[in-house]
Amino acid sequence: MTTPPTPQAPYQQQAPVPQQNWQDAPAGLYASPIPVRRATLGDALASEWTKIRSVRSTMWTLGVMIVLLLGLGLLAAIAVSTADANVGETPVLSFGFFGVLLGSICVITLGVMTIASEYGTGMIRTTLTACPDRARVLTAKAIVFFLLTFVITTVMTALVGALQTAILDGEAPTGDAWLRATVGVGLYIAMLGLLSLAIGALIRHSAGAITIMIGVVLLPLVLAMFMFAESLSDLRQAFFEYSIPSQLGAFYDTSVTGSGPSGWDPLWIMLGVTAVAMAGAYASLEKRDV
Amino acid sequence: MIEAVGLTKRYGAKTAVYNLSFQVRPGAVTGFLGPNGSGKSTTMRMMLGLDRPTSGHVTIGGHPFRSLPNAPRQVGALLDAKAVHGGRSARNHLLSLAQLAGIPAARVDEVLGVVGLHDVARKRSKGFSLGMGQRLGIAAALLGDPQVLLFDEPVNGLDPEGILWVRNLMKMLASEGRTVFVSSHLMSEMALTADHLIVIGRGQLLSDMSVKDFISANSADFARVRIADGAQEQREKLTASLTEAGGQVMSEPDGALRITGLRLPRISDLAHESDVRLWELSPHQASLEEAYMRMTQGAVDYRSTVDQKAGLQQPVHGGYGQQPGYGAPQPPVPEMPQQGWYAPPPPGQNPYAGAPASPVAAAPAAQAAPAAAPADLTKRETSEDAR
Repeated sequence: MTTPPTPQAPYQQQAPVPQQNWQDAPAGLYASPIPVRRATLGDALASEWTKIRSVRSTMWTLGVMIVLLLGLGLLAAIAVSTADANVGETPVLSFGFFGVLLGSICVITLGVMTIASEYGTGMIRTTLTACPDRARVLTAKAIVFFLLTFVITTVMTALVGALQTAILDGEAPTGDAWLRATVGVGLYIAMLGLLSLAIGALIRHSAGAITIMIGVVLLPLVLAMFMFAESLSDLRQAFFEYSIPSQLGAFYDTSVTGSGPSGWDPLWIMLGVTAVAMAGAYASLEKRDV
Repeated sequence: MIEAVGLTKRYGAKTAVYNLSFQVRPGAVTGFLGPNGSGKSTTMRMMLGLDRPTSGHVTIGGHPFRSLPNAPRQVGALLDAKAVHGGRSARNHLLSLAQLAGIPAARVDEVLGVVGLHDVARKRSKGFSLGMGQRLGIAAALLGDPQVLLFDEPVNGLDPEGILWVRNLMKMLASEGRTVFVSSHLMSEMALTADHLIVIGRGQLLSDMSVKDFISANSADFARVRIADGAQEQREKLTASLTEAGGQVMSEPDGALRITGLRLPRISDLAHESDVRLWELSPHQASLEEAYMRMTQGAVDYRSTVDQKAGLQQPVHGGYGQQPGYGAPQPPVPEMPQQGWYAPPPPGQNPYAGAPASPVAAAPAAQAAPAAAPADLTKRETSEDAR
């Protein structure tokens, strides 16, 4: 039944074929003239970068986030400045908080979409056919997404912070306050996005995963507000202290409550939660059918 | 070379693929046939490591797919033309896949040219027609210049020019010494493209042989005999003597007789001996489509019925306590004039008997899911004329 191989141009002209890296092709088998090399994480990173920059949802979510960070940060500063209110002890940089809190919704959306949209469109089957090493795909996605959101958030918070200190004449923030309000917030928000990505990989459904993540961000605080019963006061306190807005506030030293995580603590908490979720995402991706 | 051994996949209680074993050889186009829902796509997903087999295994070039160091360079696959992110342009889609395997970007433009999507390379694939989507999927499969190619229903949605192109592409790829594995539910398409056929029904192997063997093993040649109109007595006489001589006789709708198991000269002799005058004695060979239909008849999961439109009609009398759907007069069921249209299998021959993997074909009967015991497969009930 085997038809004698009669290779067509242009492959024919390049014979003899020197590369047969992965197996010795017996005579008659086709062997590509293009050298075959092992695919690496670097290849996957390049691929994920192409993917993330070539869809509009990335441009939209990151665009809206930049507008929110910049707009709300400046608006708060200008409002306070024109009202001539006494900022008193309130740290100047803390006026960036509202923009970051709303902007985090955009990061959550992008994080979920980075992986869940592949499931929604069926692209994941094409991706995993082109790269059967599933852990490599998830790692590349996580790295590309994390670096992108970290860089954008850090740059924007730094820009907003600089503008705020210029507009408002409060006490000049310390170096540590600067670091936490820029790099700290950037790391925290990117980590929150990574958690969303992990949830997206577990849920495999954009709308569902985004809803869950928004619930995670807002629900504890909202619930705590309605916990009037005395017996729940401990839980209520914990919800107030460890809800994501409160943790974010800790980077600006303006937590909802006086106690709770402070300094760099929120970052370690988020790191732990994200690590667990990512481990689950790796296990799920490795085991489940697509 | 693709090799499946005892491949089985269950989704809960449903068995999608059961104990499938076959080999796909290089240098030939191997067609993978089966009715809708027979497990073709599941099998291909298992080949590509997307689904994990419940038992058994499948290797490509001796390795499980997921352990290949650079999969796109060794195996190209088109699974689903719609498995792309619609918001991404064709070129960026291919570029991301190329980068995943370390393939230079120049190759992307090359394959875009091969499939004829150069002009729409920068358009978002959301607006692509099904045919354009298929071309994009084929481009992705060709990207790594692989040794093994898998295509799931590649001609779906293509225009005639595109179908011809795919057909020639498959043959060309096989002639270069590649392994080409193409699934389809269109026997007629496979007859023109494939050298070898693997037929499955309800997730089980029905046949694994070359196209030529497939035809001769499955399409019983038959003779058509027509005798003078109205000569009922002669007809009975001839039928009796033919049956006595070991032939199988079936009546065709227009009064002709379809005879299998006897050679033409023998039929002529018998007619002469019983003094019956023949108006027609002609040899016929069932088409590949016919052979395929007969083979898979018992394994068809989704069969259409006549639309009686009873649900739309008002009940004639409400007072009889009848349910609305039953009140309507049933239109007379048309006589099935095509009864006995399919040629019976050659006497005493199991349709599977020729299959090299006959142990596998024997297994189905034991399995709960298929009601398709070999006897079922030869039942003649479908009313479709392929000629």
